[in-house]
Amino acid sequence: MSATAGYQAAFARENAATGRTPRLRLRVEQASFAYSATDRSAPTFTLGPVSFEAQPHELVAILGPNASGKSTLLRLLAGLTKPLAGRIEVDGVEVSSLDLRTRAQKIALVQQESELLFPLRVWEYVLQGRYPHGRRLRFESEADCLLAGNALAQVGAEPLRDRWMDQLSGGEKQRVILARALSQQPSLLLLDEPTQHLDIGGKVELLRRLRRLADENRHTVLVVTHELDLAAEFSDRIVLMHEGKCLRVGTPEQVYERELLEGVFDAPLEIEMKPGGRPHVILRGVR
Amino acid sequence: MHPLTPRRVFGICLLLCAVLFAAVVISLRMGAYPISVRDIVTTLVNGALGRRDQIPSEFWLVVFGLRLPRIALGILVGASLSTAGAGFQALLRNPLADPYVLGVSSGAALGAILSLIVAPLAPGLIQIAAFAGAAATIAGVYFLGRRGGHLDSGTLLLAGIISASFLSAVIMFLMTSLSGRDLRGMAFWLMGDLSSAPALDLRWLYLLLIIGVGSIYTTASDLNLILTGEQEARHLGVNVSRVKIVVYVAASLLTGLAVSLSGAIGYVGLLTPHVMRMLFGNDYRVLIPTSALGGAIIIVLADLLARTVVAPTELPVGAMTAIAGAPVFIYLMRRRVR
Repeated sequence: MSATAGYQAAFARENAATGRTPRLRLRVEQASFAYSATDRSAPTFTLGPVSFEAQPHELVAILGPNASGKSTLLRLLAGLTKPLAGRIEVDGVEVSSLDLRTRAQKIALVQQESELLFPLRVWEYVLQGRYPHGRRLRFESEADCLLAGNALAQVGAEPLRDRWMDQLSGGEKQRVILARALSQQPSLLLLDEPTQHLDIGGKVELLRRLRRLADENRHTVLVVTHELDLAAEFSDRIVLMHEGKCLRVGTPEQVYERELLEGVFDAPLEIEMKPGGRPHVILRGVR
Repeated sequence: MHPLTPRRVFGICLLLCAVLFAAVVISLRMGAYPISVRDIVTTLVNGALGRRDQIPSEFWLVVFGLRLPRIALGILVGASLSTAGAGFQALLRNPLADPYVLGVSSGAALGAILSLIVAPLAPGLIQIAAFAGAAATIAGVYFLGRRGGHLDSGTLLLAGIISASFLSAVIMFLMTSLSGRDLRGMAFWLMGDLSSAPALDLRWLYLLLIIGVGSIYTTASDLNLILTGEQEARHLGVNVSRVKIVVYVAASLLTGLAVSLSGAIGYVGLLTPHVMRMLFGNDYRVLIPTSALGGAIIIVLADLLARTVVAPTELPVGAMTAIAGAPVFIYLMRRRVR
């Protein structure tokens, strides 16, 4: 089943089950932000205003060149930074009004892993994802272990459960980090350049997995990425960023226009439509 | 998947309590006046039941008058320093952190000495001053250890070593220029010693220990997450600032408490948590109580050696812990460099 067909099938299933259009998962309304070196100096970088929406089962790719504001947007969505103006809502609740633990129950952010101070086994790492769902000082229950085990199974990392984190390959580590995020049972799954250190096989496998997570588990998945082709292949919606502005939001077919992408990425590009209707980006001769 | 359970933590603690009890009995037995284990147990039982008339007076003097108070002090100091060490290691995200290496013990010692100069007879002031000295030093070291807005582990250690050296020099200056006043010996403040009886009731001091260790223990699950990265811990819902304040205050309190009673005993806060990590894992829910008990065991045994190795002369207990701790520090540092 192709990615789009999977997505549409899931959507149809939900519509049939509920008898109505699924409710909105994420609403970003005129959100903006600005960085400045000091409190009084003029902003050195301004983001926004950005507006877009996402439904359950959707995979949204945030695209743009370096310093286009993708990661800042992701921080706003994760609630790590409060927007200067506008609103960001998850399941109808403003993200910045949520306390830390409730936010961690709704939103999981997957970033490049930082260095572990002391060695940790994979299952211990994944169990950490259960932290927001209990008291602050807690011992994990059997249900926690079951959910962590399911999360590992969802990303195909069950055989890794007793390995040490620092002995995993880049691709394996990425899957385990994703499993910890899934064990948080979030509605919104945010990933910051998850394909950065993966080879092409690993990239495709990861995007396929994310697509399946969105299709099968009601997650809404947002991925910040530089992978134009993979984003076109796997996402339902693209948010195209450039110099802090949101240039266009829409399906890959709507966003992938040659002039637009060439202007944004400052590279000679060609767009081809594949038989399935998905665009394919080709780099024209640059020599 | 075998997650940590309260039962397992309790079992491990019980085991360490048994080892501590054995260490206490051995320590009570040995010294210039040897007593058999049987006599010790009988003396302890009679003492606990209030039957003082059934205890020979020399046993009463040696066990309850000399050795037991010193051991009780050692347990208090060892538990305080080791828990503070485990706390500082997580707070500063640095496995080499230790109250002595970071200069926190020297800061506490300076605070204690200043309080002895200003108000030598005020009860409890020495503990408060040592706590203030410890808190001020760790704050200074923390800010000196930051580079480009981030805590750099190498810079942090250098900042600690420089602070320790500077504060020790100030202590030496004060001790030399104020000779003749009752400030205890220089070796006491710079090396650590358990021979001085505390002015305050030990029960109050133990209460402070329980408050300090208990406060850090309430953050144990949070510390586990902070060890995988502060940013990641925040994403998972940890209030990192709150945890840092709790650990900062409690670890400073414990260091101040220990130093005010025994001077600056080095490396226990480094040695004990690492031994416990090797034995029982890195989980702070088991590491905090085992560090407290392990630290108590290590100090009781180190003091036993300090009293008996070159008897009748006594070595400072800090010399014994430094002999064991310094090689561990070098081992850990080299392992990190690789």
